[in-house]
Amino acid sequence: MRRVRTAIVSALVLLVGRRRARSAKPAETRIVPALPPNPAAEVAVLGLLGLSSLSALGFILIYAFGSDLPDVTPLLGATMGLAFLFLAAALVVVGLKLVPTEQIAEYYPPHEHPPDQQVIAELVEESGTRFTRKRLLKLGALGAGGTLGLALLAPAASFGPLFHVGDFLRTPWRRGRRLVDENGRPYKASDIEKNDFYLAFPEGLNDEEKEQMAASLVVIRLDPDQLHLPPNLKGYDAHGILAYSRICTHAGCAITLYRAPLFQPDEPKPALVCPCHYSTFDPASGGTVTFGPAGRDLPLLPVYVDSSGYLRAKGNFDGPVGPSWWGVRMWKAQP
Amino acid sequence: MTASRGAPLTRRSVRWLDQRTATAPYLRKALRYLFPDHWSFLLGEVALYAFIVLVGTGIYLTFFFVDSTKEVVFHGTYYPALYGQRMSEAYASVVHLSLASRAGLLIRQTHHWAANVFIAAIVLHLFRVFFTGAYRKPRELTYWLGVTMLTLALFEAYLGYSLVDDLMSGMGLVIGYSVGLSLPFVGQNLMNWLFDGMFPGSPKLWPRMYIAHVLIFPILIGLLLGAHLLLVAMRHHTQFRQRRAQTERTIVGVPAWPGQAPRSLGLMVGTAGFLFLLGGLVQINPIWLWGPFHTYSSTNGAQPDWYLGWLIGALRLVPSFDLTIGHYTLVPNPFWGGAAFPLIVFGFLYLWPWLERRFSGDHEFHNLLDRPRDAPVRTAIGVAMVSWVFLVFMAGSADRVNVTFGIAYTSQIWVYRVIVWVLPVLFGFTTWWICRELQAGEVVLRERHTAEAEARLARMQRTES
Repeated sequence: MRRVRTAIVSALVLLVGRRRARSAKPAETRIVPALPPNPAAEVAVLGLLGLSSLSALGFILIYAFGSDLPDVTPLLGATMGLAFLFLAAALVVVGLKLVPTEQIAEYYPPHEHPPDQQVIAELVEESGTRFTRKRLLKLGALGAGGTLGLALLAPAASFGPLFHVGDFLRTPWRRGRRLVDENGRPYKASDIEKNDFYLAFPEGLNDEEKEQMAASLVVIRLDPDQLHLPPNLKGYDAHGILAYSRICTHAGCAITLYRAPLFQPDEPKPALVCPCHYSTFDPASGGTVTFGPAGRDLPLLPVYVDSSGYLRAKGNFDGPVGPSWWGVRMWKAQP
Repeated sequence: MTASRGAPLTRRSVRWLDQRTATAPYLRKALRYLFPDHWSFLLGEVALYAFIVLVGTGIYLTFFFVDSTKEVVFHGTYYPALYGQRMSEAYASVVHLSLASRAGLLIRQTHHWAANVFIAAIVLHLFRVFFTGAYRKPRELTYWLGVTMLTLALFEAYLGYSLVDDLMSGMGLVIGYSVGLSLPFVGQNLMNWLFDGMFPGSPKLWPRMYIAHVLIFPILIGLLLGAHLLLVAMRHHTQFRQRRAQTERTIVGVPAWPGQAPRSLGLMVGTAGFLFLLGGLVQINPIWLWGPFHTYSSTNGAQPDWYLGWLIGALRLVPSFDLTIGHYTLVPNPFWGGAAFPLIVFGFLYLWPWLERRFSGDHEFHNLLDRPRDAPVRTAIGVAMVSWVFLVFMAGSADRVNVTFGIAYTSQIWVYRVIVWVLPVLFGFTTWWICRELQAGEVVLRERHTAEAEARLARMQRTES
């Protein structure tokens, strides 16, 4: 019994007892200047440390038992954040009020160390004096190192088909393929109305194949007398219905903006616009760039209306689909 | 002409660097840092270079590996035996990189071989350090860092082996899972937590194992490696007693520049070359032959990589019993072979410097090494431990011995169950006796030399007089 009491008393003394500041050394031999104690600051630090551990404990409790709470994230964030902030505050108090803060001046290191430089240079120079064909050896070492480095880099070519780039021109479009919407329902020419735009895919593609850059179209209808397609694109429209590649030729985003004039006389012409960098294409003139950074016309897919009124592809795009690469204008889209 | 043109460039670059970094004094010291001149000190270097090869080849493999257990049907035409089989994306990606990607198999096999050599070099390095007493004060910390790296390397290698998700790796993974499950009091919860459910766990297991294998463990090993090398450099190397290094106060060795640089560089390039030769010429773990892992399949005669052989041996040696209190199972069987045994071995490794100091009362600084015979008790205990682990390791191959030589498996296991306890003791005592005899022989030799010298002197004096 007595032992227990002694243990408790000594534990309490250890916990709350204030040790007298030791001042064994005379002030002038100390490294860090002596300052009087600051009991208030110590109490503040203790309090802040306590608050920090309370917050941390709160985090653990909320994490463990808070699954029924309606929104636990703010509570978790607040408790974790406060735990850190209280700790930060405690350290600030220690830094400002409890630790002697002194400013000390000292010299920068010298600009350079000539004796050491001298030794290093001599070491390098003297190590090579036994070599009589220095230049040849240097060349040999450089050659061996260089070719070995190249050999180590060469397997990186296995990443992908480095030189087989034919797929860039391939599209899923064929003559006669119907245009369908995202649910696979074929479009009739009568579905396409003015001042609206439609997402279309080739018929019969699965979801993965629909992700191909050359699969998706943006389909619109203009007045046939508004059209002024260049000679090489004559007949690409079907009574004013135009099917453009949905992928912007600048940086590959999908063209999901159609600017249709509400009042023809004084508003700008209809335009297809990419929302990423606002490249603007004129559908009436075959997809020419009228504004923005795109450097190449939007590829146009020739379409026709079959005897049942369905929209079908007449052939392939007039140019490669998607963002441009070097030499892109030399190529044609292929089936 | 070359010298007069080259010299100013050297000086100018040294000056340029010093002005920017103020490091000329350190660089000068580093260039003249002394390296030991004994071959056994290169074992640690081999481990370092194998680690570099592991990181390099490992980075390459990450560009091809898919860390997913999502089931796919194999449609690769490059290996017809697997065509149409269901397997994880992880396994399919490794088969693809091995058989259909140019240089893929070379890099993968080199990675695997490098892992085997890495751990072998660490173990041999550990033998050198142990049997020469290099771990003694002031190098205990260096030693503990090294033993910790060995532990991490074993887990890292096991993770890499498991990630492939072929039949062998799946068998290894489920054994590891069962050993974890057998940990008293915590095993079930621990494994449920790690695997996110009962084996084979949830789809999150593979990303977890993957990030552990390619990021967490390599970084831990890299950090410890840095600390290990820093400590080695700060306290400098140990050395054998030789004519020029007879005291604890002189370091004898070859300076980093120019003496050691070509040697170390050569060893590095040589290690890489050796590993690439192995990777290209010696087949290792042909996973397309094992097939994909399913919880319902396994194969006979499977052997793990060598560094796990001691654990499979231990798991096979332990007789059938679970530690139970009534109907309460306290310790399931795999704990003894899979957890207790390695815990004892690594516990011994960690505690040994402290144990030795405790029982020998030796608190001195030691820069000079012992020869194994100079410390008969240490050498005897070391040999006993090594032979204990080695015999258990050998027990792991009893199934192959059975196939090759027709010796009954059960008889072998019973023999091993006895000799793993008897032989180490025997070997230990024999080692102790050999050490003492060698010491005694040296005393005889020394006395003979003294006597002969005295006789010569006496003879000379006689002829003079």
